Amino acid sequence: MNSLILFGASEGGLFDFDATLPLMAVQVVLLTFILNSLFFKPVGKAVEEREGYVSTSRADAKKKLAQAQKFEEDLRAQLKEARQASQKVITEAEQDSDKLYKEALALATSEANASREKARREIDSQREQALNQLKADSEKLGELIVERLLAAK
Amino acid sequence: MGSLSLLLPFAELEVGQHLYWQIGNLRLHGQVFLTSWIVIGALLTLVVIGTKKMERDPRGVQNLLEFLWDYIRDLARTQIGEKAYRDWMPFIGTLFLFIFVSNWGGALVPWRLIHLPSGELGAPTADINTTVALALLVSLSYFYAGLSRKGLRYFEYYVHPTPIMLPFKIVEDFTKPLSLSFRLFGNILADELVVAVLVFLVPLVLPVPVMFLGLFTSAIQALIFATLAAYYIGEAVEEHH
Repeated sequence: MNSLILFGASEGGLFDFDATLPLMAVQVVLLTFILNSLFFKPVGKAVEEREGYVSTSRADAKKKLAQAQKFEEDLRAQLKEARQASQKVITEAEQDSDKLYKEALALATSEANASREKARREIDSQREQALNQLKADSEKLGELIVERLLAAK
Repeated sequence: MGSLSLLLPFAELEVGQHLYWQIGNLRLHGQVFLTSWIVIGALLTLVVIGTKKMERDPRGVQNLLEFLWDYIRDLARTQIGEKAYRDWMPFIGTLFLFIFVSNWGGALVPWRLIHLPSGELGAPTADINTTVALALLVSLSYFYAGLSRKGLRYFEYYVHPTPIMLPFKIVEDFTKPLSLSFRLFGNILADELVVAVLVFLVPLVLPVPVMFLGLFTSAIQALIFATLAAYYIGEAVEEHH
């Protein structure tokens, strides 16, 4: 016992080949098939399913993000349009009111001018009348004075 | 050959002793089969527990199994190539797991506590029969891989890139299994012997770093064996233009 037998021993030794070799090979081949069906296939399926799930959900998320960005752009464009439209409405309204104001102002000015003119003419005619009256009255008075002087003589 | 007991009179070390089983006229190394069944049992238990309830969000042992699967897939994919790695992944993975668990089992489990009538329990990979069996399986697989993928065009590999390579490539077919089996056998046996001798010489503290080194070597040897097996298969299925 207790001996290190390397070669040439009829019994034992480090290089003692026997039926262990083919049976071990058969055992490992069987283990390969068993592990294939119990380990490699199910785990591979699980891992690949997860990889598929991750890549499809990532693609989905990307698609959704693109959609959201498109919506945002659309909304921005709409907002811009709406702003422009409202700006236009405001300027138009301003222009309109300006125009109306100017028209009203012109009308009022012309009316005022007309009434002033009319009043001036009335005053002129009344003054004329009054002057004529005064003239006639003073003539009448002058004649009366002359008659009275002639009569007193 | 020399006797270890001469060198170490106080050591009781059994090397090259086997527990023989006789089945018909076949002689088997019983201790190798006993430990290999324990190794296979441990592997199958782990696998069955881990795949019992597969979920999309992995939990518990499933994480470990998926990590192993991923590791083996990367190994097979980088060595064999994108096209053929799927067919050979179970074989490469089985080699890796079997050798790895055998080596670590041999290094970590205190087999010495179990007494056998003859020989002693240890890593199945410390027996030359196991490593030669594995290496021959690798040889058969790369021949099969090359022939099934490329038919007789597989033999173009022997004259690629020039016919001068022919004798070297033929010699390679013999050296590949030889180097594979002896590398694994030598490393694991040497590691077991070094640890055993050190334990006998200095039973305290000193063997511990060597044991850690042994664990490291064991893992590396499993990786080397699986990587080389995958590389040989990859070489056989590779298309030259």
